[in-house]
Amino acid sequence: MSNANEQMAARYKNNFLKEIEEQAEMGEWVKMCMQCGVCSGSCPTNFHPGWDHPPQEIFMMIRAGKREEVLTSNSMWMCTSCYNCYVRCPRKLPITHIMHGIAEYAYRLGVAPKFQPTLHLSQTFWNNCTKTGRVNEVKLTQSLYFKDGFMAGIKKGLEMKDVALGLVKAKRLNIMEALGGGHKCKDIKGIQAMLAKAKELEAKRKAAKAAA
Amino acid sequence: MARKEYAFYPGCSSQKGASASNYLTSVESMCKTLDIKITEIPDWNCCGASISYAEAGELPRHVMNARNFALAESNLPGQDIVATCAACWLGARESKERLEHNSGLMADTQEALKEAGLNIKAIPEIKHMVEVLIEDLGYDELKKPVKKPLAGMKFAGYVGCQTNRPFGIHGESFENPVYLDKLIETVGGEAVPYDQKVTCCGGALAFSEPDKAQAQIKDIIESAYDNGAEMLVTPCPLCQANTEVYQGQINKKYGTKFNMPVLYYSQLMVLAYGGSAKEAALPGNVIRARKLEEFAGK
Repeated sequence: MSNANEQMAARYKNNFLKEIEEQAEMGEWVKMCMQCGVCSGSCPTNFHPGWDHPPQEIFMMIRAGKREEVLTSNSMWMCTSCYNCYVRCPRKLPITHIMHGIAEYAYRLGVAPKFQPTLHLSQTFWNNCTKTGRVNEVKLTQSLYFKDGFMAGIKKGLEMKDVALGLVKAKRLNIMEALGGGHKCKDIKGIQAMLAKAKELEAKRKAAKAAA
Repeated sequence: MARKEYAFYPGCSSQKGASASNYLTSVESMCKTLDIKITEIPDWNCCGASISYAEAGELPRHVMNARNFALAESNLPGQDIVATCAACWLGARESKERLEHNSGLMADTQEALKEAGLNIKAIPEIKHMVEVLIEDLGYDELKKPVKKPLAGMKFAGYVGCQTNRPFGIHGESFENPVYLDKLIETVGGEAVPYDQKVTCCGGALAFSEPDKAQAQIKDIIESAYDNGAEMLVTPCPLCQANTEVYQGQINKKYGTKFNMPVLYYSQLMVLAYGGSAKEAALPGNVIRARKLEEFAGK
């Protein structure tokens, strides 16, 4: 358990619902859930293994104070952002965003599942697109394939070679991007300063809530 | 002067040599025929897409979109923003909505934007290209330039998620949106009914959870075949790529024989307007649309 996690657990003691309401994006909606399960029935990844708890279960577990089980769960990381749950919820809860919010909070506390592939994708994608202001698709793919080491990356690359060749032939994969070519923003410095400021302000806002 | 002008937000995937470059090519030809002027927002940046939620947090995500709003507002005043990518459109609309409804978030955003020498006065309207077509122009106007109707061709309109939920196209239902079918019919094609029209393709999880995403893609393609479609048509770059490029892997895994071309609505429109295969960016399809290539050559 990380230090940040212990601090927050101590700060909110036995009130995990309040913790989620104050610290997770859109967490204030959790208490509105009426346990109908439409979200779970609407989720495209519900039918696949690896899904510990459907959204309405996660919401009830938050209310029941099952802090560790919720934050270390794989469930939130199964979201494809399809927004099916969001538009079908009879109480109009922004379920997609609540799941993202809980996932982000677990990651921020350092208790999200280790080696979670979608968490890794989220990190890689954001770091990739904020580096030059625009996504470098080739570098993005490289970092995803090589996340488990060099040999695993080569193996993955070979498995995917037909996909890559098809895209190269159709001129939809620019090999030059691997060497830092491709498109990027002009004001990279401004973008990075702006993002540093945003990060600082967000941390301040969340800390102020915890201190109140 | 063109009859409509927009601040254009093309998005990362549509850039030259990127995975949706064929989308951009066909949109440019389509807009030329329809007399729509799209001017790129100078130095626009990535919207962050949905998948960045964990690493980005809340404010940085909105600030990325806010930078584009500020650039559009100052460089192309009075113009609505139009995005071609479903995720760009969704991300930008979401940020607009949150910033307009939360003064604290807006104040923080302005403070962050100051670091890049920018600020927002009023956030422009944000439209998807499909909204420009059907709301600002209308189906009748889209039909006028049709020279070569795509008669006798059967398409499955694959709407997918992010142009459909949570915002959607005005007046359409989330469960059975019909705008894409209507666009197909406007250019003379036949839109086949099938039951996977709004099924998720897996989105970004096609990278991180390929087995799960490919199971979903299989359902979509299979249903399109079962209902007699020859090709899939989509308004979203990630739907297009996911449903097209993994068909080979799905065939290996499931023993299927999928080989269904996946087109953008804009490619169909360019062809119906008499454009060449190149103008419709048909060489950009990984699974070649032979029938359309022949059609374009006639």
